[in-house]
Amino acid sequence: MQERNSNSTQFFVNVEKIPGAKKMDPILIADKISRSFGGLTAVDVEHLEVQRGAITALIGPNGAGKTTFFNLLTGYDKPNQGEWSFNGKKLNDIPPFRVARLGMVRTFQLTKALYRLTVIQNMALAAKDQKGESLLRSFFPFTWRKQEAQIRLRSEEILKKFKLIDKQNDFAAALSGGQRKLLELARALMVEPELIMLDEPMAGVNPALKQSLLEHIKDLRTQGKTVLFVEHDMDMVMEISDWVVVMAQGKIIAEGPPQSIINNQDVITAYLGAHHDTELDENSESMASKNMKGGVN
Amino acid sequence: MDFLFVIQQTLGATIGVNTIIFALAAIGLNMHFGYTGLLNFGQAGFLAVGAYSVAVSVESYGIPLFISFLIGILNSIIFALILGIPTLRLRADYLAIVTIAAAEIIRKVARSATFNDVLGGSDGISGKFGKDFFDLNPFKSGLETPIIRFSGNDLWVVIVGWVIVAIITFLMWVMVNSPWGRVLKAIREDEDAVRSLGKNVYLYKMQSLIIGGVIGSIAGFVYALSRQSVQPDNYSTALTFFAYTVLILGGAARVFSPIIGAMIFWFLIVFIEQMLRQAVTAGYIPEWLIGVNQVGQIRFMLMGLGLMLLMIYRPQGIFGDKKELALDARA
Repeated sequence: MQERNSNSTQFFVNVEKIPGAKKMDPILIADKISRSFGGLTAVDVEHLEVQRGAITALIGPNGAGKTTFFNLLTGYDKPNQGEWSFNGKKLNDIPPFRVARLGMVRTFQLTKALYRLTVIQNMALAAKDQKGESLLRSFFPFTWRKQEAQIRLRSEEILKKFKLIDKQNDFAAALSGGQRKLLELARALMVEPELIMLDEPMAGVNPALKQSLLEHIKDLRTQGKTVLFVEHDMDMVMEISDWVVVMAQGKIIAEGPPQSIINNQDVITAYLGAHHDTELDENSESMASKNMKGGVN
Repeated sequence: MDFLFVIQQTLGATIGVNTIIFALAAIGLNMHFGYTGLLNFGQAGFLAVGAYSVAVSVESYGIPLFISFLIGILNSIIFALILGIPTLRLRADYLAIVTIAAAEIIRKVARSATFNDVLGGSDGISGKFGKDFFDLNPFKSGLETPIIRFSGNDLWVVIVGWVIVAIITFLMWVMVNSPWGRVLKAIREDEDAVRSLGKNVYLYKMQSLIIGGVIGSIAGFVYALSRQSVQPDNYSTALTFFAYTVLILGGAARVFSPIIGAMIFWFLIVFIEQMLRQAVTAGYIPEWLIGVNQVGQIRFMLMGLGLMLLMIYRPQGIFGDKKELALDARA
């Protein structure tokens, strides 16, 4: 585990710890993206690169524009200006479903399990290129049965890993909140993404499931996938991320490895305001992390 | 009281022409609402498009009947595209508003004086436009038994109608149990999630709208042919809501529910009406309470009461799964 961590942190050895830092091998590049709602500028990102094969956390106080930024990157919302690309392909004006097909799959802050579909149907739905999803072929089951059987096998394999296999024939609505989060992640994997974007994967998940969710996310890195996640749970951010990007008031205010972020004066100010120095001097690291946790949510 | 007559009328209605029309209309709605979650409140518009396409093609333009069916299907596809292109990208309720308005526009245009010579104005079109169809009838003498009775023409419409219902129901079953149908059901649950999994939601919604609309227009063919006439006011919003009633009665998102729902719907209406009529005529119900002329309204009141009871005690419909209904609360 420790070894793997050092492998992925290796990507960042020569990376400057400044907002908008250039990465060795960025999978996602966003440039001058801004989105305003009326008079409010929700997102105003000068430059961001996301390193391939690493786990990047996107943190920031409530209302910092993290989810809006996610929506912009995945095509669910359109920026007023800016350019962004995935694997070198420009994503402006690409609808969400094409973004997903390119290999950039997201989850949602409010879990979107498909309630009146069973767990296994949720999984099978997400598989790519099922021929039977075309209207004409739907009339000819022999053209897609074999493929469906393969998809089912793969779904079951992933469900086993996520310990949801016993629930495969239950409606997704019958799962607990934490299990739905697991299902959403498992389902996203069915799309075979290169980049997985998780919007608050830990929200509302109990500690036991949290640990297994963490392991699954680390496992993605082992498989060479890239993870970008929004999270308020600082323990999780500290434990699994290789790189942390901090947003406040729509802008990226800091970037760096987790340990550097937690001591970053700008970050502490963004979360807590400017007048808190005395307490931080005594035990700056733990206080900061504690306060950051308290400051959000 | 003439119970045999009541039975004869009721049975005739339960498997009769109207049941077929409503079953088909509700099958289309099942595709829209039951499987895809599209709130189409303009199904009457699709029936009108189908019915008028046939009547106008044959009566006003002299086009052969069987080609007019193709025209009807083409027109309903165009109608679905017109409705869908601007609204399917928006939230579900926009489609509801647009469809209910569009269906009314069709009815108003059909009954307008401006197009009187082509569309027949408020009187509609009556004639012999179904002649080619009825010429094929091998059962011209009709059906005459003590408990059920159909005229020659009605019998032919009923036989062909049920064959069409059976074929379409089978095709629906194949479609909704395919991966294609799975995408539709997923869209019904949460379309943003389906987008995030790489499916072109807009395309699927459009396909669903077109298929359900075409089935609705086939219901319109049956409506027009069975009466050899079309009248604009038959295609009012009430028709749409009766079709919804039929669907909910059977249970949405079940392949057989439109058929059973339509049967129950027409069984109740005709049974209640005939019983009341007989009871009033025989003097069991005093004239001061219900007159013969009031039976028509009262049957709808009792029908409404019956539906309320059904929804209270069996909200999931006949085929529905109560467990599934509870899930809808997004617990």
